[in-house]
Amino acid sequence: MKTNPIPLHQAKKGSRLVIVEIPEGRSRSQLIRLGVVKGEFIRCLERLPGGTVVIQKHRQEIAIGVTLARTILVAHVTAEEQAKD
Amino acid sequence: MRDYSSSDIQELAPHDHVEKHRHVGIDVAGDDASMLSVALVGNPNVGKSLFFNYLSGMYVDVSNYPGTTIEFTKGRYKSFEIVDTPGVYGISSFTDEEAVTRDVVLQADLVLNVIDASHLERDLFLTQQLIDMGKKVAVVLNFMDEVEKLGLEIDTRLLSGSLGVPVFRTTATTRAGFDQIDAALHQACRGSQDPALHHRLHSLLSEAGSEAEALLILEGDEGVSQRHGVSPGHERESLYIDRRNRVNIIINSVLVEKNVRTRFATLLGRWAVNPWTGIPLIVLALYLIYLFVGKLVAQDVVNFTESTLGHRLWEPWIRGIITQYVSPTSWLGILLVGEFGVISMTVTYLAFLLLPLVIAFYLSLALMEDSGYLPRLATLVDRSLNAIGLNGSAVIPLILGFGCVTMATVTTRLLGSEREKTIASAILQFAVPCSAQLAVVAALLAGAGFGAMLIYSITIFVVFVAVGTILHRILPGSTTPLLIDLPPMRLPRIDNVARKTAYRSYFFMKEAAPWFFVGALAVGGMQVTGLLTVWQDLLNPLTTSWLQLPREASTTFVMGMVRRDFGAAGLYSLSLQPNQVVVALVTITLFTPCIASLMVMMKERGWREALTVWAGTWIVAFLVGGILSHILI
Repeated sequence: MKTNPIPLHQAKKGSRLVIVEIPEGRSRSQLIRLGVVKGEFIRCLERLPGGTVVIQKHRQEIAIGVTLARTILVAHVTAEEQAKD
Repeated sequence: MRDYSSSDIQELAPHDHVEKHRHVGIDVAGDDASMLSVALVGNPNVGKSLFFNYLSGMYVDVSNYPGTTIEFTKGRYKSFEIVDTPGVYGISSFTDEEAVTRDVVLQADLVLNVIDASHLERDLFLTQQLIDMGKKVAVVLNFMDEVEKLGLEIDTRLLSGSLGVPVFRTTATTRAGFDQIDAALHQACRGSQDPALHHRLHSLLSEAGSEAEALLILEGDEGVSQRHGVSPGHERESLYIDRRNRVNIIINSVLVEKNVRTRFATLLGRWAVNPWTGIPLIVLALYLIYLFVGKLVAQDVVNFTESTLGHRLWEPWIRGIITQYVSPTSWLGILLVGEFGVISMTVTYLAFLLLPLVIAFYLSLALMEDSGYLPRLATLVDRSLNAIGLNGSAVIPLILGFGCVTMATVTTRLLGSEREKTIASAILQFAVPCSAQLAVVAALLAGAGFGAMLIYSITIFVVFVAVGTILHRILPGSTTPLLIDLPPMRLPRIDNVARKTAYRSYFFMKEAAPWFFVGALAVGGMQVTGLLTVWQDLLNPLTTSWLQLPREASTTFVMGMVRRDFGAAGLYSLSLQPNQVVVALVTITLFTPCIASLMVMMKERGWREALTVWAGTWIVAFLVGGILSHILI
């Protein structure tokens, strides 16, 4: 079940997420290249004090600074929902 | 065929030939028309350089890319000219590195695309973009051994069919599959473009000159658009998403996850970004670097090279030869082999002190880079660096600064924006003591006691943070957020690390060495003309009444402008109270960067910024030193 969107820097470590919104700009282009787009399932691998986030998509790990993470909206998903993808 | 084929075909007079290249701006492909130029392209950390080394062997030419400060490497393999490119995730001009890769690709006859097979989702975006550009492409899947260990299976034949270009499997670490590289170069071909896109690119050919450039214009690449006098397109987003979707479809059909296992390296990578385990890992890494650079090289090796090779063998020997022709007390003698002699002191300094340190630091950096640790370190310290207007990637120049500020100033190029380059280089020049200076500082502080050491460290740290915070506040703009891919942790390849270290050390020495000679000449000139004493007299009141240090200490500040450790070393001979030692060391640390780093900063950041910082160090050094003096003494 999808919950209300939250900014990525508030996601809990280990949670499974779906990307709801990435703000326009160069960071978004760079994220598309890396395979992180709206609707994509990811996992929050680490959330550092201060809000720097490490996300995981398949075998890939990406670090995102807090100022960018704050602007990315995500929603929690269950493992089953993710498996359906 | 090259992309600028129309101008290649024309008959050109010799001077026109030069003109043609000036018009194009870059000529990485070389002049030999019979050679096919091959761009070696891939994401960062895919083992690209191992292929380059294999192909090019001994015949390697490293140089700065024309008009930029980015290094690139060229080599020859049979009838191919191989051009290595900086690792990128896509072709455009988001960074200086990308712009270089873009231009090399545009000029190349064919592209050898190296892919990390364990990261297909990420790497195939670039592959598909190269194919969309209409370039002849051959794909090399590297790290096939890791794919097996991860429990993955890749249907290479299906992948090749979907992309429309040949795909080869290799493991660069064992060189398995390297015998097929020849075939790859010969079989490289145009892949499957989206038919609609292909049609659109063709309709733009008259404006853009090539499909590749047409695509980049549509994707809003400013550099390419400008070259063709057209306004950049607005379709980056939609083209990128289309491409991403196509790549995802390909991956779903060619990649099978069997029994996926988590490898130790993956776990280690996770520990490195977890604060509980990551901070001990940083401490361990810094301690190992300290043991290697600070103890082994800076003390044992440099002791031997500087004292024995430099002071005892080289200097007397060259002085003996020179003084046969020139009197040592004449102005020429003083300039050449005097206290700041261009041949005596500068050569010792460069070859026997700086070179070992630079090699040691670049070696540590290469090990951290190739193991995949560096991006994780950047992630862990990202938030702390945000406070001073930087993001995690600035950890590289800041660490290097403790080796050599000049070297570190050169690496501020890596940072994402001009604003961050300004902040990082200012911090380096203001508050980071280089290893040469640190050695002297540490020795003096050890004599002055623990309290002195504490006061010194805290003061320098406060200035470090203050400089960053103030610049962060007053400079317009904001910090670019960290956005980096964390490559898998891997055991570094010794030959690759050695090569990288050698290239970088060579480059740094080539760039910085001339400035050390200029600096030595300048001070030698001041000594000969008597300006040095005038200078010392001018500084006297500041030293004795404001800093409350002995009169002779002003000499050390003059020396400090040439070489940071000189200044500090001058304090050895003075008998100072522990509090005076702290004041003197704080002042000399915050005082002007050495003449070489000033010169390098002028080149990197422009003379205005460099001179502002240089003047600023005077104010800050004497202000902080004076305040400390009035509190302590």
